[in-house]
Amino acid sequence: MYVIVAGGGKVGANVARSLLRLGHEVTLIEQDRERFDRLEEEFEHQVQRGDGTELHVLERAGVARPPDLVLALTGDDEDNLVISQIAKEKYGVEKVISRVNDPRNQAHFDLLGIAPTVCATSSIMALVEHEVPEHELIHLLELRQENLEIVEVQIDRDSPSAGKHIEALDLPDGARLISVMRGGRAEIAVGATQLLAGDQVLAILEPGKEDELRRVLLRR
Amino acid sequence: MNALVIGCGRVGSSIALQLQREGWDVTVVDENEDALSRLGDHWPGSFLVGHGMDVDLLREAGIEEADAVVVATDGDNTNIVIGQVAQKRFDIRCVIVRVLDPARADFYTARGLRTVCPTKTAIDTLMDEVRSCAISPRVEAAR
Repeated sequence: MYVIVAGGGKVGANVARSLLRLGHEVTLIEQDRERFDRLEEEFEHQVQRGDGTELHVLERAGVARPPDLVLALTGDDEDNLVISQIAKEKYGVEKVISRVNDPRNQAHFDLLGIAPTVCATSSIMALVEHEVPEHELIHLLELRQENLEIVEVQIDRDSPSAGKHIEALDLPDGARLISVMRGGRAEIAVGATQLLAGDQVLAILEPGKEDELRRVLLRR
Repeated sequence: MNALVIGCGRVGSSIALQLQREGWDVTVVDENEDALSRLGDHWPGSFLVGHGMDVDLLREAGIEEADAVVVATDGDNTNIVIGQVAQKRFDIRCVIVRVLDPARADFYTARGLRTVCPTKTAIDTLMDEVRSCAISPRVEAAR
């Protein structure tokens, strides 16, 4: 496939190199003179110098073909946003993946319909949540377009839900239990499933329902 | 009427001062504290230090009550993003965004953003001036 990678920093250059190794056709765009010179030694004609948010630079890189994929990987969120919007909406590129540098800007990408996005800070924080046990509701997956998320909850002895059947729980609207993991084995959660201390429960819910779910399962 | 001006450079500060003189309540936002000096010694409006992409700062600057938002930082893409956030997230009807690159200005104008492109204005004005010299290239060539 043909891929345009905008931004030749550590992330962009490594992604471009990996894609080339997999046999894909790649054009890397880098604005900074010094960085471009260094990249050119390795990538030769596969790197072009310019501002990836300028239409003529993108066109020179072949955005009008259009490419199968555009990766907006610069260190500036506003640049990544504009590159993504231009690629998608002006040139009809079907797949655009954008990097989010500052997690506070994620809302802007969501607002403007730029998905999927990758944010290193958010990914690390998700791992921290997973590794640090005092975070009782672990976010496993966010389904942005569907406006749903999947979380994991650990039931312990003090939990009000321990010993109860799922059908007897007063779960909030917009939240469902998916599965129960017990003794290394997972089972689909049904009404008759009884929750026990030590269970790891997966739930799917609308964002914002976390507190209600936490109250029903853990009362905290 | 409330106006929010984001970016207090030469353009933003002049717009803020002029709107204020015309009776608007003006709030100015700039990343750099020193930009306040561009508003003179007795700026009666508000001035907040911070980045216009920061939604909390925009709220603090009163964007929810703003009748007009002018976005004129020195970054085209920054302006484009802030302008769209003001328009789509805060439902501000009068959002004006400065975009220096004519190509990007055209693209975002077509998508419903009210852009002003000083580069295009300069090109048009310069062309008009050249034409007003009343020398026709064809007449010259015919001689």
